[in-house]
Amino acid sequence: MATWTWFHKLASPPYLYRTAGRLLPWLAIPAIVLTLAGAYGGLVRAPADYQQGEAFRIIYVHAPSAWLSLMAYTVMAAAAAVGLIWRMKLAHALAAATAPIGASFTLLCLATGSLWGRPMWGTWWVWDARLTSQLILFFLYLGYMALHSAYDDTQRADRAAGLLAVVGIVNVPIIHFSVYWWNTLHQGSTVLRADGPAMPPSMLVPLLVSFAGYTLGYAALACVRLRAEVLGRERNASWLQELGRG
Amino acid sequence: MPETPAALLEAENLQLWRGTRHVLRGLSFHVAAGESIHVRGPNGAGKTSLLRTLAGFLWPEEGRLLWNGADVSQDRDGFAADLAYLGHENALKADFTPLENLRYATGLRHPPTAGTFESVLARLGIGAQQDLPARVLSAGQRRRVALARVVLARARLWLLDEPFTNLDVLGVEALSGVIAQHVAAGGIAILTAHADLELPGISPRRLELT
Amino acid sequence: MSTLGTGLGRAAWLVFERDVRLAFRRWEQVTHPVVFFVMIATLFPLALSPETSLLRDIAPGVVWVAALLSSLLALETLLRADLEDGTLEQLTLSGQPLGWLLFAKTLAHWVLSGLPLVLAAPLVATALAAPGDAVGVLMLALFLGTGVLSFIGAVGAALTLGTRRGSVLLSLLVLPLAMPVLIFGARATDLAMRGEPAGGALMLLGAMLALSVTLAPIAASTAVRISLE
Repeated sequence: MATWTWFHKLASPPYLYRTAGRLLPWLAIPAIVLTLAGAYGGLVRAPADYQQGEAFRIIYVHAPSAWLSLMAYTVMAAAAAVGLIWRMKLAHALAAATAPIGASFTLLCLATGSLWGRPMWGTWWVWDARLTSQLILFFLYLGYMALHSAYDDTQRADRAAGLLAVVGIVNVPIIHFSVYWWNTLHQGSTVLRADGPAMPPSMLVPLLVSFAGYTLGYAALACVRLRAEVLGRERNASWLQELGRG
Repeated sequence: MPETPAALLEAENLQLWRGTRHVLRGLSFHVAAGESIHVRGPNGAGKTSLLRTLAGFLWPEEGRLLWNGADVSQDRDGFAADLAYLGHENALKADFTPLENLRYATGLRHPPTAGTFESVLARLGIGAQQDLPARVLSAGQRRRVALARVVLARARLWLLDEPFTNLDVLGVEALSGVIAQHVAAGGIAILTAHADLELPGISPRRLELT
Repeated sequence: MSTLGTGLGRAAWLVFERDVRLAFRRWEQVTHPVVFFVMIATLFPLALSPETSLLRDIAPGVVWVAALLSSLLALETLLRADLEDGTLEQLTLSGQPLGWLLFAKTLAHWVLSGLPLVLAAPLVATALAAPGDAVGVLMLALFLGTGVLSFIGAVGAALTLGTRRGSVLLSLLVLPLAMPVLIFGARATDLAMRGEPAGGALMLLGAMLALSVTLAPIAASTAVRISLE
């Protein structure tokens, strides 16, 4: 079937390796430009918030990393599901490549949330619903990586950890809901809001640019890590040895 | 290999990798009803991997396995209902007696009929131990209980991984008799063993793995 | 392909009965988690203070953390012994749907490890100065919650079967997934102790139980097949 050709092509390691390599500059350069533009717009050009002052500017790092932490987990779970259902090894490679990136962005989100909390709440950590569910998400990433590294055989590692990612994505909404429910009942502190209703364009535009920059940055990092995964998995394959000679 | 119309089990171009090791390299064979196969080869040649692939534990990267002309990956449980597998472990609970072990293991497949457990155990030479906890049985006796489970599974395809381990001369004789009867009734037995064995009453076809 | 003479119900009963009878011959498998549960609860008055008002405040959290940890401890026995003696291979090849058999196994595990906690709960609650009329809700919440923990835990136990360092890894995988149970369970207990209706939290626990009972055996059967590779 012609429509499935691209799918089968992606299942071929040399094709995927080359495609990811070709895509890389097209993702990395816009990612760098947009991230820098977003940072400039957010940190320099945007006015200070009338309530939070200069501290609000951390949102230009915090909100995009929060978005990526969830998006990367979704990508990871979707790739793992494809790998489990169609026994497609390279989908698992994408999932394995994504996990550390997602975990890093989750950690970045937690760190910036904590930094923001210091001037706002006067303490480094508050059991805010968003931060708490990010923390649990971080644990889920750690679980995936721990299970993956516990198996010696890459294929079993892929499939076991992939199943955990799929179970995790079913649980993410439940965890999210339960943590919010817990937080409102305990009348926790104010929620760090990414979506102020009256955000002027001078604040909003750099934020959107940052979102785009970070997302492309994730894609570029995923390409790099995916290539590394393919190299590691195919280290005995003939096409790689030819590539090394040629 | 010429196509045998009566082939019950067909393996086509099985390719199996274990990590970076290419274990089965394009293995093809046909087995007809009433045949027995002795899988031979040195340690690490993939005898156990082959049996575990046939049992459906391992998935070959390429190739297919046909049972009665149908691809077994389409109906795993249906194929499992037709096969009995004896692995390295005997799957016995040490706290249960042989009779209790058989009741739970074969009960999952067929409701027990009165007296069959006892008669099969007696045939394999462990009738006297049927009410002792499996913990106190010797390794050879436990192997015989596991073989009784295979006999009682009422399966056409027997996959026996090193069935003669720990068996004494009488045990080998009893097992050979059981296999001969199974094959004569139109069943298939595929077994592995390092050594050449004199198996009274059966002359299995050899399948060499290198 | 042949069909089996044993129906689904009979097959599930056999698996359930086998595990329960085995547990009665290995009694410590049932008693150790309960003793652990009571001991964890004992640690808190010793570590904090025996003051009744404080104990009453922390009682819901203490009971649920103790229940969560002793459920985790018990999970080790769910599948590992069956993997090591080859029983799991035979269950996979029984011709019966593996998910269904694992459902029966997990149910037996719940009866053997969860129900004893429910029965020990009044003791722990009294020791932590919880009011007597909250004990009913606590037991009901624990009944539902330990069920969810058993079924979610079954997936984790199946996933870690193929690894050598199983138990710490198992906790690492299961604890984040179990946090909603902790939240709803402790909340239901807390509400009951304040004399407020706990129906909402109990219903959420029930919903989680329904979800995990239906989905977890499917995931666990996939995980068992991966572990047997």
